[in-house]
Amino acid sequence: MSRPTYAELARVVRDHAGQLAAALVHLVGDFSAAEDLVQDAVEAALTHWPVEGIPDRPAAWMYTVARRRGLDQIRREQRHRRKLASVAWPVEPPADDRLRLIFTCCHPALPRAAQVALTLRVVCGLTTAQIARAFLVPESTVGQRITRAKRKISDAAIPYRIPSADDLGSRLTEVLAVIYLLFNEGYLSTGGGQAQSRDLADDAEFLAALLHQLMPTEPEVAGLLALIRLHRARASARFDRDDGIVQLQHQDRSLWNRRAIAAAGRLIAQAAAQGRPGPYQLQAAIVACHAEATRWEETDWTQITVLYDLLLRLAPSPVTRLHRAVALRYVSGPSVALAEVDALAGELNGYHLFHATRAELLRDLGDAIQARIADERALALATNPAERSLLRHRLDWA
Amino acid sequence: MKYVLMFVDTPQFAADLAAMDEPERNRAYARVQQWFADHQDKITHHAHLMPPDTATTLRLDRGEPLVSDGPFVEGKEIVSGYAEIEVADLDEALRIARSWPACPVVEIRPIAG
Repeated sequence: MSRPTYAELARVVRDHAGQLAAALVHLVGDFSAAEDLVQDAVEAALTHWPVEGIPDRPAAWMYTVARRRGLDQIRREQRHRRKLASVAWPVEPPADDRLRLIFTCCHPALPRAAQVALTLRVVCGLTTAQIARAFLVPESTVGQRITRAKRKISDAAIPYRIPSADDLGSRLTEVLAVIYLLFNEGYLSTGGGQAQSRDLADDAEFLAALLHQLMPTEPEVAGLLALIRLHRARASARFDRDDGIVQLQHQDRSLWNRRAIAAAGRLIAQAAAQGRPGPYQLQAAIVACHAEATRWEETDWTQITVLYDLLLRLAPSPVTRLHRAVALRYVSGPSVALAEVDALAGELNGYHLFHATRAELLRDLGDAIQARIADERALALATNPAERSLLRHRLDWA
Repeated sequence: MKYVLMFVDTPQFAADLAAMDEPERNRAYARVQQWFADHQDKITHHAHLMPPDTATTLRLDRGEPLVSDGPFVEGKEIVSGYAEIEVADLDEALRIARSWPACPVVEIRPIAG
């Protein structure tokens, strides 16, 4: 058996961890205990598989480990013990059990950091150590978050179920926010020495795809999946050889994955056909406008501005207004755009991209001195190394 | 599963209530009465508390018992009442709490044991 690469290991563990967790909750009847067993199985897989190779039936292998541990640990509940002892893989939990798993991990009564950590551990099969590395926090911090969250799930009786129809909308919003946060963290992390930590973006896409498979008629789920895929289809053009950011207008568009972009476009169209627009669908549609332009000059800025107007109506936010102003620059010119941007000064003064955007507009208008001041302000606020190097480069050369 | 819903008043809420005329205030009270009626099969016990200036706090961890005037935490948000409910799980408790028609903050705490 050949030795698996790190990426293969991650993919196989991720493909099976959620199913294993759902099966174990089903058998053991306790979310917290099941979660521990999944973690044991993942740790065992990551110890054995790099040396022994990935087994032919990885799910059965992980289940065997989890079951053995479970029989050692679960002494209290005889009923669950007997069930665990008698059932061999494949365990067939109800089809929607992974959905229950996701909604439980992302329950709004848990803090966001715990929702993220639980989802990664339970649904994607990350270890506590991997989560800690990805978020640049000590392992003990992640461990405490998980422990506290599981205690709350059991003490406050957070249910293991799909929310009722009344609550589904707001609860789904919560789940999508967790996935989007993971994606952003992976796509452009805001700290550390690496601009891209590819794992979390993989996990975010995996989760969005899983959710779309489980809830095919929710257009916002499709919207988020399309949004993630559109970004990732262009990922290879975003950085140069020295890990520097390449801005959209300078990207080599031949590196973009046209087939993936077209597929995401179809996904957006299908979602839109349901007539229930939402922030993720609109953001995906905006990104699609960029992705579908074969050259920067062919970007449909009018359409993008219209989509931003719709987005602002559904989800008003100063950052979205900033993005709209950037599009407006190509429809109505830099001075109109600058006036829009300046109106956001009160809310966005601490946001590096506010100052970086101002700098670009001021430079367009020939005000090199003010542009420089704005770029310096942006540099002082930026934390991502790739963004910092872009700003520094601009200060050196512009 | 039993929970206590703690109803929390804010200065804004108190000011709004004070600014109401008689019929408005009666309607507000009627909404609260209606809420208790709607959920009476889940509510096992409930009480409205007197304002915090009537509170007396006793500290037993500083040698001699220490009696002082006022609530145990000085704050602008104050617990003004509570209801004990018996429901299946936190989601059901949240659903009941969400329809609460009066003060703007509700803390939901499971009862131990």
